[in-house]
Amino acid sequence: MRIKMNLNGKPLESDASADMVLLDFLREHECYSVKRGCETSNCGLCTVLVDDKPILSCSYPLARANGKSVTTLEGLQDEAKEFGGFMADEGAEQCGFCSPGFIMNVLAMVNEFENPTDSEILNFLSGNMCRCTGYEGQLRAIKKYLAFKGAEK
Amino acid sequence: MISIEEYKIVESLEEAYKLNQSRSNQIIGGMCWVKMQNKSVHTAIDMSNLGLDTIEEFDDCFKIGAMTTLRALETNERIMEFFGNGISESLCHIVGVQFRNCATVGASVFMRFPFSDVVTALLALDAQVQLHQKGIVSLEDFAKMPFDRDILTHIILKKQNIKMKYLSLRNSYTDFPVLAVAVSQTENGVQACVGARPQRAELVKDQGNILANGITKETAKEFAEFAANALSFGTNPRGSAEYRKHLCKVLVCRGLLALNGDDENEN
Ligand SMILES: Cc1cc2nc3c(=O)[nH]c(=O)nc-3n(C[C@H](O)[C@H](O)[C@H](O)COP(=O)(O)OP(=O)(O)OC[C@H]3O[C@@H](n4cnc5c(N)ncnc54)[C@H](O)[C@@H]3O)c2cc1C
Ligand code: FES
Ligand code: FES
Repeated sequence: MRIKMNLNGKPLESDASADMVLLDFLREHECYSVKRGCETSNCGLCTVLVDDKPILSCSYPLARANGKSVTTLEGLQDEAKEFGGFMADEGAEQCGFCSPGFIMNVLAMVNEFENPTDSEILNFLSGNMCRCTGYEGQLRAIKKYLAFKGAEK
Repeated sequence: MISIEEYKIVESLEEAYKLNQSRSNQIIGGMCWVKMQNKSVHTAIDMSNLGLDTIEEFDDCFKIGAMTTLRALETNERIMEFFGNGISESLCHIVGVQFRNCATVGASVFMRFPFSDVVTALLALDAQVQLHQKGIVSLEDFAKMPFDRDILTHIILKKQNIKMKYLSLRNSYTDFPVLAVAVSQTENGVQACVGARPQRAELVKDQGNILANGITKETAKEFAEFAANALSFGTNPRGSAEYRKHLCKVLVCRGLLALNGDDENEN
């Protein structure tokens, strides 16, 4: 089947097989930040934005992304770098494997919520597994990042 | 893994229904569940182009299209104003926001999973189900019907004077529930719906009028006991039948007291 989408701000047209999910298509188009961490729609590592909403690209039928706008970490380098600084300052990262999906979902949350409470943050991010840390550093980093973004406005 | 030969974005429900009559074809909702099947599908039936992804409000009801995502239902402000936060509470533990932006309400209800939070909450709200071929049936009946190849098109929530509270116990925040409970006060009295037993969710009504003179600590406890005895429970790695029966008494009682605005009043 023929697929047309806007990938990270650029139009893209390509052939693909009917049973492809978005994840494999994105990797074929050199978005290597998008990774598969599980077989059960459970880990959040494959998170990308479709029309600005965070979704699991491992479960999203490629055909449904036709005509839509898809954003991966490759398309949000400046934002990711900025937030990454806060993560590093809090020592929130160990192996870093979970980061691409986690950062995508944090950026999606910031788009959706002006001033999330701790429980809103934890609920929004509960679908992003991290097997190294205890999530405490991430929460500190997010709160400092939100305060910084709020002060910027 | 699932393999798909042809991916068909259908133009009408009739087309979807016809295709779905063949056992080698399959409807794709959010694909979160089917993608784990080890199966080769001839034609994947995609209904995303039929306008079924919206929640419509009418004078007497809300109609939730089958392709509405769990997240869209969870965050719908009109639904929340009308039914309180019970529906959101039933959905917010399901995997994560990204997952709920994919998984659909229609598939979640159609599958009548033995761990279903979705069916548990909707049953307590006296929901109805609209099927392409069979028409409108109550979710209470649908929850008991065997699987067939009909298509669920809408969930209907009648506007009535109703209060609902939702409680579940989970071993971790986003795991399947060990037990799921929704209690509601409707125009026809109080009822408790208990799911994840792990069996299809079932309603228990106050046939014995235990709560007829109001919900108190004593009557709540008595009704919870009655509900636990009226239902059957099973054992799986998340919990034993005995444990679930005990949880049922505790959660139904807490739910009833919460309905009364007595949240602090644990049993
Ligand atoms: C890891 C994981 C954890 C989960 N945890 C929970 C939980 O804690 N609580 C809970 O309640 N649920 C849970 N679920 C279930 C989830 O909420 C969804 O119900 C499930 O993923 C199916 O939704 P879907 O849209 O992805 O359906 P799909 O996977 O696309 O389809 C599922 C089935 O439904 C059929 N179908 C789809 N739409 C229709 C329709 N309109 N009419 C007729 N048939 C249809 C499909 O043909 C298929 O057989 C979990 C699922 C997963 C994968
Ligand atoms: S790869 Fe684990 S949720 Fe997508
Ligand atoms: S830092 Fe290793 S999985 Fe999160």
